Amino acid sequence: MGPVIQVSAVRKTYGSTVAVDEVSFEVNDGEIFGLIGPNGAGKTTTMECIEGLRTPDRGTISVLGLDPFKDVYKLQQRIGVQLQQAQLQKRIKVWEAVDLWASLYQKTAIDGERLLEQLGLVDKRNAWFMTLSGGQKQRLFIALALINDPDVVFLDELTTGLDPQARRAIWDLVRGIRERGKTVFLTTHLMEEAERLCDRVAIIEHGRIIDIDKPANLVNRHCPERTVVLATDDLTAGDRFRTIPRVEAVLCSDSQFTIRGRGDDLVTEVIHCLSENQIRVTDFRTILPNLEDVFLKLTGHSIRD
Amino acid sequence: MLRGLWKLTWIEIKIFLREPLGAIGSIVIPVVVFLVAGRMVSHGVAPTSLAASNFVSVGLPVLASVLISVGAVLSLVTIISIYREGGILKRLRATPLRPQTILTAHVIVKLLLTAATLLLMVLAGKRYYPVGIHVPLLGFTLALLISTCSILSIGFLIASIVPTARFAQPIGAVIMYPMIAVSGLFAPVESLPPTLQAVAKVVPLTYTVSLLEGIWKGDTWWAHKGDVAALALVFIVCTALSAKVFRWE
Repeated sequence: MGPVIQVSAVRKTYGSTVAVDEVSFEVNDGEIFGLIGPNGAGKTTTMECIEGLRTPDRGTISVLGLDPFKDVYKLQQRIGVQLQQAQLQKRIKVWEAVDLWASLYQKTAIDGERLLEQLGLVDKRNAWFMTLSGGQKQRLFIALALINDPDVVFLDELTTGLDPQARRAIWDLVRGIRERGKTVFLTTHLMEEAERLCDRVAIIEHGRIIDIDKPANLVNRHCPERTVVLATDDLTAGDRFRTIPRVEAVLCSDSQFTIRGRGDDLVTEVIHCLSENQIRVTDFRTILPNLEDVFLKLTGHSIRD
Repeated sequence: MLRGLWKLTWIEIKIFLREPLGAIGSIVIPVVVFLVAGRMVSHGVAPTSLAASNFVSVGLPVLASVLISVGAVLSLVTIISIYREGGILKRLRATPLRPQTILTAHVIVKLLLTAATLLLMVLAGKRYYPVGIHVPLLGFTLALLISTCSILSIGFLIASIVPTARFAQPIGAVIMYPMIAVSGLFAPVESLPPTLQAVAKVVPLTYTVSLLEGIWKGDTWWAHKGDVAALALVFIVCTALSAKVFRWE
């Protein structure tokens, strides 16, 4: 299937600050696509241009074949939106918000009550918004984003400020959205979230997209280093490890060896070497680079800085 | 285009009633103040002078009405800025709700609030104004509606430009209360110094007071066409301006 979102050479400035610069990418049908980068990189601005909440200075955007600027009302019927740091009226009840949202859309294939059930909010249906916990608020916002059975769901920094347990619960919900055949476009500055959730990610910094691919491909491309750490009493092991192709360094302290090399095959080669030489190991683990390392490599600084 | 208007309006009314002091502050207190003032005037100090009796029969109801509608405006300004600061306006705008629907809902809530307070006051005031005063209630309600719409549009303009919710109430008060002072509520415009008279001429509240007093006393609408025109002009200008400068976030 073709792309659901097409962004081409979009630029957006606020005064003299360039928030988004020549950004282009496509989001495919049915995937979870993540825009990742540090705070202030231009993630939210990009997303809000796509949602029709902001007008880009230059460039073209197409969502479900619609122009978010000209066809904003048509588009809003077909997308679901969760905004960063949004709030509802303090004293609006959960069911009132769901009921109001449901009344705004032509298509409400989804039953509000069932949605609350699926999101674990049934016993909170009469609670005021202000009394909900952070995780409950985010679940309500997910419910509101799904109420019109949208084709594309936008989630902006969905799990920021949530504890790890609530975060995991939300991740499962997002995977559930994809399983219903929806396309999910999300932003996050949490690399772990991007790695676990997204089918493809675009890394953005200073308003520019640095690279786009599957998380695993990004890691392989930019961080091919692999490390194997193992423990053995066999004193000849070190020399044997050094003969393995692709091994670049072997460090030894006491009985622990750290083997560094490149490429996915390194681990297999080490295992092969162990079995061939009948080296007995008491510990074996691998240290693999992740998106965080990719980001560090590409930008020269950690995403947390 | 008005999809969701009634539902949103109804929800906003319920939310308003859930506010601590919300209903009490804006409905009960004005009525109580009105009753206390009415009781003082009718029991304690008997209106001997013409001015005093004039105040009881015309000034007080008009003063109360103006205060109610100014109160409604200030609370509108505050609500809009709180909603903006909390990202509520932005969240609502990211739905098929049209911007004008969101704002209209708030105006309707405030108009209903004004009407409810006025109605309570009329009912309560009957005890103190039992005889002789025939009030064109329908006409007065209409006049108050026109006035409130006009004042609300000023409120919207203020709401469009105040930076944060913390400033909304004070800025609103600083703009609204001096307007009341020169509007002719407390002293006839003609008795003010020339400079203040000039100020009064451009203050929309002056026309509100003139219209409300006139209709209360039984003047024809024709006699106040100038007031209505001025208020309509204020409404149009302020609405157009705030549509241009309104910030959603």
